[in-house]
Amino acid sequence: MPDVFSGAKTVRLGDLAWTRSGDKGSHANLGVVARDAMSYAFLEKYLTAELVQRFFAWTGVTRVERYLLANVGAINFVLYGALAGGAARSLRWDSQGKLFGTAAQELRIVLPDIPIASEESPP
Amino acid sequence: MVLRIANAAGFWGDDLQAARRLLAHAHVDFLTLEYLAELTMSILASQRARDPARGYATDFLEVLRSVVSYLHVAAGPRIITNAGGVHPVGCAQAAARILSDHGLDRMAIGCVTGDDLTGKIGELLAAGEPLAHLETGQPLVELKRPIVAAHVYLGAEPIVRALEQGADVVITGRVADASLTVAPAVRHYRWSWNDLDRLAGATVAGHLIECGAQVTGGYSVRWQEWDLDDIGYPIAEIAETGEVVITKPPESGGKVDRFSVIEQLVYEIDDPTRYITPDVIVDFTSVAVEDLGCDRVAVRGARGQTRPEHLKVALVYEDGFSSAAQLVVAGRGCLAKAQRCAELVVHRLQEAGCGPTEVHVEYWGAGEYLGQHQPPDPGELVLRIAVWDRRREIVERFTREVAPLITSGPAGIGGYASGRSPVRPVFAYWPTLVPRPWIEPHVEVRSAADWLVDHRQNP
Repeated sequence: MPDVFSGAKTVRLGDLAWTRSGDKGSHANLGVVARDAMSYAFLEKYLTAELVQRFFAWTGVTRVERYLLANVGAINFVLYGALAGGAARSLRWDSQGKLFGTAAQELRIVLPDIPIASEESPP
Repeated sequence: MVLRIANAAGFWGDDLQAARRLLAHAHVDFLTLEYLAELTMSILASQRARDPARGYATDFLEVLRSVVSYLHVAAGPRIITNAGGVHPVGCAQAAARILSDHGLDRMAIGCVTGDDLTGKIGELLAAGEPLAHLETGQPLVELKRPIVAAHVYLGAEPIVRALEQGADVVITGRVADASLTVAPAVRHYRWSWNDLDRLAGATVAGHLIECGAQVTGGYSVRWQEWDLDDIGYPIAEIAETGEVVITKPPESGGKVDRFSVIEQLVYEIDDPTRYITPDVIVDFTSVAVEDLGCDRVAVRGARGQTRPEHLKVALVYEDGFSSAAQLVVAGRGCLAKAQRCAELVVHRLQEAGCGPTEVHVEYWGAGEYLGQHQPPDPGELVLRIAVWDRRREIVERFTREVAPLITSGPAGIGGYASGRSPVRPVFAYWPTLVPRPWIEPHVEVRSAADWLVDHRQNP
């Protein structure tokens, strides 16, 4: 699907991975589990901490740490400061960041010029 | 025979029927029930401050009653739970009453205490322990706020002791969630505390099942792919080697596949190379997962490092008051209308000299979960206004400022009948560390009948 603004082709994270989120102390975590090896290889390269931080910028996240679990094809992101004071103190309805996983399904990654798989249909 | 450990509660408020359903359809050696989220202890502590008999997770008693018939048989499961909260002895006595009422007077209940550091904070500070905030590094002396509760995360060791002394039911206060699963494995296989990879395997098992149905098809973006009715709660089959198979009762709803397991592996963790419990430090990146089919997934290869020298303490302090009010807003331009309502409320509060320190407004239905409030006009949404202030009266004033919108706000707003939003005290979380030598877990194992005798003597 072309990006509305730049016209670049993008892929939706939800088409490549399952996601789940929760609170860890005063921060949130986002677990990304690739659907297959090719998706993992793509996400390892392009689903950067910067991209995740930009997507969740509205939460006030101050830093994103990325951890790879290559054995199981998963990536863990820790979203520092994304809970507006932590699960206890946050004034958000979703004070525990339970919706972040579902939100991340809509994160779009701009496809690189060199096709990883088919440009028409994401892997 | 591999050891089969089930979990039928992932938090206080989880499905009360889960344990009974699980035991009706599967044989397990141990049933674990986990009730204590990070803040649950503060809720329990404030309950006990009002009534010394309270302070434990009462859901457990209901669950115990529902499964008591399975405890009559010799091969019935033993139960391990952290339902004790801030009052494990009270919980043990209440459980003893239930067992006794069902003719199980001789059943042994083990009670683990020693996690409560609330009364020890002054002593720790005086001894030069900074109790600094784990993330900010700020020393505790700078907090200057009333401390509600401080509990150290105990490990599997005192639970193992209780099992060694013959406990059929073990009730603890704050214990690392995974340790509820590690303890029976250590006891069953007589593992040493130096069997780090085995401890790591059991810890991964505990981490995977501690949130109940989240590993068996719950909390999944794939929720349409299976039946969530009668969802099966998880069973970890732990081998002597520390290898684990995650499964669920036959014929139950939900799903166990490699994705359900991996999603839970990366749930609420930070650095996966260092998953820290009082028992062992586990490297999750060494773990391999294999789908065996038929809702069975093998988890192998967990590597462990020596347990930490410091234990984590969950300290909770009072931090003002908050309240949140919701209204439904309908009609064309509902987003602008909702924004105007929020402005009106805040403005009226400020005019009265009662502006809260923090105001947070959300527009659910207008893209809130993505942080976007975008056209097209959603036509209807839920407006939610939340406030926080250190002063209770300011928050109370807010709760009285929403209803006047009925007559003095725009048309197309509903939901007033639910009344004023409640004012709730806010408990904030201060994670810190304490050196292990300060901590002395205490274990007491007695028959149900004995727990009741004591109860009468010391009501």
